[in-house]
Amino acid sequence: MTKSVLLDLTQCIGCGACTVACKLWNQLEFADGAPATGEKAVKDHSNWTTVTFRKVQKDGAPVWRFVKEQCLHCLEPACVSVCFAKALQISKEGAVVYRPDLCVGCRYCMLGCPFSVPKYEWQRSLPNVSKCQMCAGKIAQGEVPACVGACPTGAMTFGERDDNLALARQRIEQGNGRYINHIYGEKEAGGTRWLYLSDVDFSKLGMVTNVPEVPIASFTDDYLRWTVPLLAGGALLFTALRHYTKRRNDIESSQASQKESKKK
Amino acid sequence: MSMAANAYTLQIRDWSFRITPLRIMLFALTLGFGLLAVYRLIVGLGATTNMNDRWAWAYWLILDYVFIALAGAGYSMALMSHVLHVQDVHRVSRRGLLISLLFYVYALVILGLEVGRWDNWYRPLFYWGYHSPLFEVYIAIIFYFGIQLIEFSEVATEKVFKPANRYVQMLLPAAFVLGAIIPFGHQGALGAIFLAMPNKLHPLWYSSMIPWFYVLTSFYAGLSLLILEMFWSNRLYASGIDMPALHKLLRVGACLMAAYFVWKIIDLYRLDALGYAFAGGFESALFLLELGGGVLLPALIGFSRWGKTGTGLVTFAALATMGLILNRANVLYTGFYRTLGPGYTPSWIEWGVSIGLFAAIILAYLFIVENFNIFKAAKH
Repeated sequence: MTKSVLLDLTQCIGCGACTVACKLWNQLEFADGAPATGEKAVKDHSNWTTVTFRKVQKDGAPVWRFVKEQCLHCLEPACVSVCFAKALQISKEGAVVYRPDLCVGCRYCMLGCPFSVPKYEWQRSLPNVSKCQMCAGKIAQGEVPACVGACPTGAMTFGERDDNLALARQRIEQGNGRYINHIYGEKEAGGTRWLYLSDVDFSKLGMVTNVPEVPIASFTDDYLRWTVPLLAGGALLFTALRHYTKRRNDIESSQASQKESKKK
Repeated sequence: MSMAANAYTLQIRDWSFRITPLRIMLFALTLGFGLLAVYRLIVGLGATTNMNDRWAWAYWLILDYVFIALAGAGYSMALMSHVLHVQDVHRVSRRGLLISLLFYVYALVILGLEVGRWDNWYRPLFYWGYHSPLFEVYIAIIFYFGIQLIEFSEVATEKVFKPANRYVQMLLPAAFVLGAIIPFGHQGALGAIFLAMPNKLHPLWYSSMIPWFYVLTSFYAGLSLLILEMFWSNRLYASGIDMPALHKLLRVGACLMAAYFVWKIIDLYRLDALGYAFAGGFESALFLLELGGGVLLPALIGFSRWGKTGTGLVTFAALATMGLILNRANVLYTGFYRTLGPGYTPSWIEWGVSIGLFAAIILAYLFIVENFNIFKAAKH
């Protein structure tokens, strides 16, 4: 079972209730100069979810769209595979959660995440990585994430990923062209647990669209699978070469000294 | 420097260290490093560096990449001198091992300041994130650092704890074989770290081949730095230029550089990315400078007759070293600029830490070569 949220961007009115609910539940700071909603919403360590207001062209006229963003909770997350300390893990329900007690603070997750989701507590002397946990504690109790529960328009549907995918396809089919034919998160980075529906192209909404359709881990695993056999083979080869070259040099030098003595 | 008129020598039993005005300055820089490092550990990264959520890897990480790569002499010497027993090379082997050891110390200290949760540094020993290339880097470098200490303890026990030398000798054969093979693992894995960033790193540098490129470039960069070190130490100590040994290093280095150049071009062609090299813009310019000035040109010098002269060798080695530095900086900065955007230059503390620690490394080098047998040929 893997939990998922289907977010229908056409139903978002940009009220920002989700961002407030997120901060209250996760005890995140409200900071001046770092709004979680608006045209200049800032994604940082205390804004795990943001709603960015975007004026985009649709059918030749400008329209406002409100883009709620947070960790997409990949099926095979890059952050989990690149973390060398297992500080990022997948919970039983499918939330990608962070364990600060294991984190060394290398920040590979921040660079490795194809969506650049994880942020850092730069102002602390022992800083942690910071990102949406999909309210792992709540969903383990059978509740919905704080943001989903706070949404007044029901733009988000919490449920099994397969059910949400089916629902998304149904909406596209029955929408008579209302939606673009792209479920964001169905294939991105091998599939994510958050799924998006939209009526304008996702690239216009500032979302990352150049993401490979295979999990990021597949790129590193293709290399890493060879390292142990290569290193073990190399160690054996070098041991053999060490003895061979030493013996060859010894023989050469003894032959050379024999020649020398014959000359004399 | 060695000729400084007002120099005097600090002497305690059989330990000696010349004090010159320049060395006093290096001590001051080292002290400055110490203060800045403590300050950084107390107040954190945000107050001392210009790193931010976009540029989460920056100048200090470039330094780590550069110093680990330039430390390539450690494993190239273990391989060429102690595994392949290449003639002449064994005479410069100790120099390579020393540069490598000091450069790893530099990289590890910077890394300790660069990571946020240095207090958790041992956690991956118990929680194996083996899907991460960084885990391979971590394990291999810890292991290899131990190997380097064994390799250096052969030198050390010629002067202190002399009875231990015969036990060190027993460990050396295994240490040299492991010291030759393990760095292939982490040098490659340092490149493999970027495999996880296919949609972020510029196509001029992103390639499935990047781990192999990192091994190859670190191998010849280590040799180049060793050539520079020999000319530098000769100026300081008149320790002599071992031309037969340097010609071996030159030939191996030039061949590897030529191989890298051809492989890189073929790889760009394979990935249909050759066009980016001539697309204009600062990425193209820096890439051409890196591959032309830092790889092709020194390779050509290495194959020429002039390359075998003193000036030729220094030019070859300096260009190759600069090429390596430019490559690592290009991957981590130029290659990410398109994705991460403007907004990062190192803070004065980031510069100060890097310069002060380098001063400390130079002092350590001077002390070791003045008190241990580094320059004379090893017995192996």
